[in-house]
Amino acid sequence: MIAPTAPDRPDRTPHHTRPPVLSLSGITKRFGNMVANDAVDLDIRAGEIVALLGENGAGKTTLMSILFGHYVADEGTVHVADAAGRLAPLAGGSAEAALKAGIGMVHQHFTLAENLTGFENIVLGTVPLWRLGFGKAAARSKVARLMRDSGLQADLDVPIGKLSVGEQQRIEILKALYRDVRVLILDEPTAVLTPQEADSLAATVKTLAGKGLAVIFISHKLHEVLALCERVVVLRGGVKVADRPTAGADRATLAELMVGREIPARERMPASLGAPVLRLVGVEVGAPGERDRLEAGDLELNGGEIVGIAGVSGNGQGALAALVAGLKPPRSGLCEIVGQQATRSDPRARLAAGVGRIPEDRHRDGSIGALSVAENYVLETIGSPENQRHGLLRRAAIQARAAQAIRDYDIRCPGPSAPIRALSGGNMQKVVLARVLERAPKLILAHQPTRGLDIGATTDVHRRLLAARERGSGILLISEDLDELFALSDRIAVIHAGHLSPAIEAARLDVRTVGLMMAGHSVGEAA
Amino acid sequence: MWAALDILTQANFWAATLRIATPLIFGVLGALLCERSGVLNLGIEGIFVAGAMSGWLAVYLGLPLWGGVVVAALVGALFGLIHGLLTVPLGLSQHVTGIGVTLLATSLAYFGYRVAFPNVATPPRIEPFPPLDVPLLRDVSFLGPVLGQQTAFTVLAFACVILLAVLLARTPLGLALRAVGDNPEAVEAQGLSVVGLRIGAVMAGSALMALGGAFLTLSAFNAFYFGMINGRGWVCIALTVFASWRPGKALLGALLFGALDAYQLRLQTITGGAVPSQIFLMLPYLFSIAALVLVARRADYPRALMKPYFKGQR
Repeated sequence: MIAPTAPDRPDRTPHHTRPPVLSLSGITKRFGNMVANDAVDLDIRAGEIVALLGENGAGKTTLMSILFGHYVADEGTVHVADAAGRLAPLAGGSAEAALKAGIGMVHQHFTLAENLTGFENIVLGTVPLWRLGFGKAAARSKVARLMRDSGLQADLDVPIGKLSVGEQQRIEILKALYRDVRVLILDEPTAVLTPQEADSLAATVKTLAGKGLAVIFISHKLHEVLALCERVVVLRGGVKVADRPTAGADRATLAELMVGREIPARERMPASLGAPVLRLVGVEVGAPGERDRLEAGDLELNGGEIVGIAGVSGNGQGALAALVAGLKPPRSGLCEIVGQQATRSDPRARLAAGVGRIPEDRHRDGSIGALSVAENYVLETIGSPENQRHGLLRRAAIQARAAQAIRDYDIRCPGPSAPIRALSGGNMQKVVLARVLERAPKLILAHQPTRGLDIGATTDVHRRLLAARERGSGILLISEDLDELFALSDRIAVIHAGHLSPAIEAARLDVRTVGLMMAGHSVGEAA
Repeated sequence: MWAALDILTQANFWAATLRIATPLIFGVLGALLCERSGVLNLGIEGIFVAGAMSGWLAVYLGLPLWGGVVVAALVGALFGLIHGLLTVPLGLSQHVTGIGVTLLATSLAYFGYRVAFPNVATPPRIEPFPPLDVPLLRDVSFLGPVLGQQTAFTVLAFACVILLAVLLARTPLGLALRAVGDNPEAVEAQGLSVVGLRIGAVMAGSALMALGGAFLTLSAFNAFYFGMINGRGWVCIALTVFASWRPGKALLGALLFGALDAYQLRLQTITGGAVPSQIFLMLPYLFSIAALVLVARRADYPRALMKPYFKGQR
């Protein structure tokens, strides 16, 4: 069904003796002076789950984009097995050719039309455009069979925009299966899922591989790679640096292969608590019926500790963050921030009180793309005497302080005058971090501080947040990444449908329990 | 007072409503087809002019009336191709390009007219589409006179509403068009051509717009005048939002506007100059603004509207 060569019984032939279904050899791609892929070879066999690892900018996406026809390789060839198992060269630069050859890709950002239903998205492009009808009945029964065989369940008849992220992803996978793919590429598939959804995805992937599908699994999360994949290929700086079985590998070795140096273990001191910096009693934010609202929040956060807020985004974290940052007022309840009653929305007062803000979306809320690194660095203290005199900016002083921050935080950029939008995500986040930490804030709001960052940059952000904690800052860490929450938090609370659970010591929780609470189970049920 | 309501019972009023609505139906259908694919086409006003002029000229030079209709559609598609090439593969601003197409098409039409007729005082005339004469319908009271005044061109407009509605809702091509206006990446990932679909939609939409213009010179009137389009194209852009990009609602919007226009004309004669006529002329446009204010706030715009798409860039 999925692969014509796949038998109905599980195939006991070891993978390495089967012929490859996909073979890349000597793939090189340059963008100007930068070499994104440097003579990469890769063979994938039927029924194999191969992890593709690498930091941001290591060339994973470029390689997959070449495979899927978004880019054309400068050198090298791609061969794909045809229905009879013979390797044939794949024409570059055409998604249509890749689809015809049996390659399917589930992108990290879904490629679904939100105004169409799941079924319409699946059949889109599979029927010649000048045809008058769809052959709906046949298509329906094929999708139903695929759903039964793979265990992927989703509502096919409502517009995509009304489905959950997990369901949208299942539609994406069904879309690929509907085209009888022999190779399925999953790009960061678990980034948006709860742990339970991720588990069920892993089970599905194993089922599909058991039926002969070759899967390329791109992920940052090393424990998933170790649990799911049989072989791991590591790219670094566009070069393939490792191609080995996962058996015998551990997270530390894989991380070192990706980064190219040893990752220092995080050290954390026991918390030494200071005065409370955030106190919420029955706080409500956002009008009833609004999306992402906080219905009832009780929380106390002290200086010198990190409290993690776990939850699938859209459950009220946005409202909580907006409240702390002063972008939204509390509708009711008591909200005390660094010893002051907060009743109005007043971001400036929050800054003055000693709140540092690392926003969720660094492009939209954390920086102004057209302004320089130096200007972004002083954005929150632009009125202070260090930065202006008689209403005129002290450019030289600002540039000098920004240059210092660039050295201290190891920000890779052409210089303080470069526009910040030219920086990579990790370096942009370092500018935001430098801006926040420079003021030695009493309360730090860290909203998804490492989203989209690679291991190197993530480690750096974590190290700096822990250092700020040791200096006595209280940190409210809002994240969807459970590894991050458990690595940093002293206590963890879960937010679901606007309700904030009590914050429990992290040592008394585990990933599974928190995952269940994120899906709406209460503490008692989950534990 | 009764006289004002009495207008609604006149067959004459309803016949005028249909006549005024017909070019708008073509225009709104054309605009919504372009916009459903993700391209705003502000060339509409100029394409109306070019369609009116070229269709009429073709008939004047000896083509049959339906030949003129085909010529107008082809000219519209040609301007659509210009707009499509500039905005889709090159990704230029759709606003600026659209206004440019309007200026170009209008000026070319006027220029062509002046070159063909350098020294005429009264515009030359053609024999336009005759009113329909359906044997049985003719004798039905009220409906007979209302429909009897219409031409085959109006029937074509109604047929286009049904065709476009079926195309968008029921066919693979319609599915691809709806998808490309919402998320071009999804279309690309399914192996379809974003550029091909969008240019095709803009060309077909522009051809429909040109038919709106041609209706004026081949059916409503029998000659081409400067300034005869008089903002009809812009009204269609507003009505497209009112119609939520649905052919059925587009028909409704065009008929409403036509009815208001027909009504205010008759109201003018009743009041007999007590109220300045300009007040009445404003009514249909005030309606457009009011409708937009009410509808546009909740409007469900095609998500990719006015966003250029470049392959491999996300």
